Amino acid sequence: MHIPDGFLDAKTALATGALSAAGLGFALREVRRELPPRRVPLLGLAAAFLFAAQMVNFPVAGGTSGHLVGGALVAALLGPAAAVVVVATVLIVQCFLFADGGVTALGANIFNMGLVATLSGYVVYSLATRLLPGLRGRVAALAFAGWCSTVLASIVCAGQLAWSGTVAWSVGFPAMAGVHALIGLGEGIVSALVYLAIARTRPDLLPEHDAPAARPGRIREFVVLGLLATLGLALFVAPFACPWPDGLDSVAARLGFEHKAMGALLPAPVADYQMPGLASAGVATAAAGVVGALVVFGLAVGFSRLVVQKPPSGAADHA
Amino acid sequence: MTAIFPSSPAHGGRLFRWPASAKMAVALALIFGTALVPAGWTAWFEVVALLLVAVMVLGKIPPGPVLRRLLALSPFVAGVALAAAWHPGGTLGWKITALRSGLCLATVILLAQTTPFGEMLAVLRRARVPALLVTTIALMQRYLFVLADETERMGRARASRTFTRSRWFAWRTAATVVGQLFVRASERAEHVYDAMCARGWR
Repeated sequence: MHIPDGFLDAKTALATGALSAAGLGFALREVRRELPPRRVPLLGLAAAFLFAAQMVNFPVAGGTSGHLVGGALVAALLGPAAAVVVVATVLIVQCFLFADGGVTALGANIFNMGLVATLSGYVVYSLATRLLPGLRGRVAALAFAGWCSTVLASIVCAGQLAWSGTVAWSVGFPAMAGVHALIGLGEGIVSALVYLAIARTRPDLLPEHDAPAARPGRIREFVVLGLLATLGLALFVAPFACPWPDGLDSVAARLGFEHKAMGALLPAPVADYQMPGLASAGVATAAAGVVGALVVFGLAVGFSRLVVQKPPSGAADHA
Repeated sequence: MTAIFPSSPAHGGRLFRWPASAKMAVALALIFGTALVPAGWTAWFEVVALLLVAVMVLGKIPPGPVLRRLLALSPFVAGVALAAAWHPGGTLGWKITALRSGLCLATVILLAQTTPFGEMLAVLRRARVPALLVTTIALMQRYLFVLADETERMGRARASRTFTRSRWFAWRTAATVVGQLFVRASERAEHVYDAMCARGWR
């Protein structure tokens, strides 16, 4: 999902750059205030870990393989603010040392993978763990969070590309969301398996070990970073999710792309290019999203039952 | 590791000794210009391409690795460029987008090839980038090769002991490797902290 140079126009590059700089600056301040000095090197090591972990291949099918992206995993392991710093560091080093992801798109990449993916992953994870207790619950929660963060980040990415006029929303959104709904399944499974492996070998490294209750600073991290992410969503996605977007999409629709692109995903493609048809398509998209999320949530719970064999009975809460 | 990461700087070149801040400023100007200039300015793209070739000649940078990296444009470029071909702009927009990202990619590669990473970090520090971020970037750059090697070793050890019975089994063992990698990174962070304190870090 690394956007290269040349895919974003000036206003998108500027807006994403400003949002990421604000988010990263705030996360750095929070980390500096909250993190004990002993854990400062862990940020750099965690970034190196994430980079190395992305090299481990997970065979998918027919010789292809995927790898971990890790936003939700790092957020669950280190907390939201530290995760923002770690993922942003990985993206900065990938950009300048390995030419992976564009320099002008660095803001957008940090926003999508560093802010949206980690934060949404953390929010979903902590909400779902409240619903599902124990190690099994945390595994299920992380699997679900991994999927949500991947899909959400890809949707924001599609919004930025559409905002720049590079790829029309009607083409980019179904393509990105569709592909990443599949990739997200792998991401969720891998994140949960890695978390489980750590919980089995070194449970003392997990944040649940020494701080079961949420720290007071977490609320502030939540609110400020959440506001920034929401602002980005409102900026990049809302204009397209609303009934009738801009001229680009109307051109694409007139050329007939609307049918081809949406037909694969939605049960009821746009009947004609009038307002009512599109509004119902928007509702249908939202409904499809909700149903998809519920299905994946069920899959995540089933998956956790499959991997964590013994039902945790009290003692596992501390594991 | 050098097989995977061919971006170790070419130490011999004359450009290697130029001040890093100047090189970074020029590279940034070129990248932002190339990415954001209107599509009609074909002269700009030609000038940038000539400049990059000049840098390669002047810096005695072997063209092989750079070209290989360029040809292996990320799958994202291919995918989005394909999607962009559907765009009302037609094939012209597709070509311009690919040209832009190719030129910017080459610029970043050449910058990484001619500038030591430590000097780039020093420039960042002088530019008032928060110290915690610079420290984190420096530590990541220092240990990513170490951890990447460790990953390779663990993968080899696993491959020599377990046969992948099924895809599911392969996923579980790979996830265990990644989990173990996190454990080792955390332990190493403790050692690094001790070492930093012993050398007067506050």
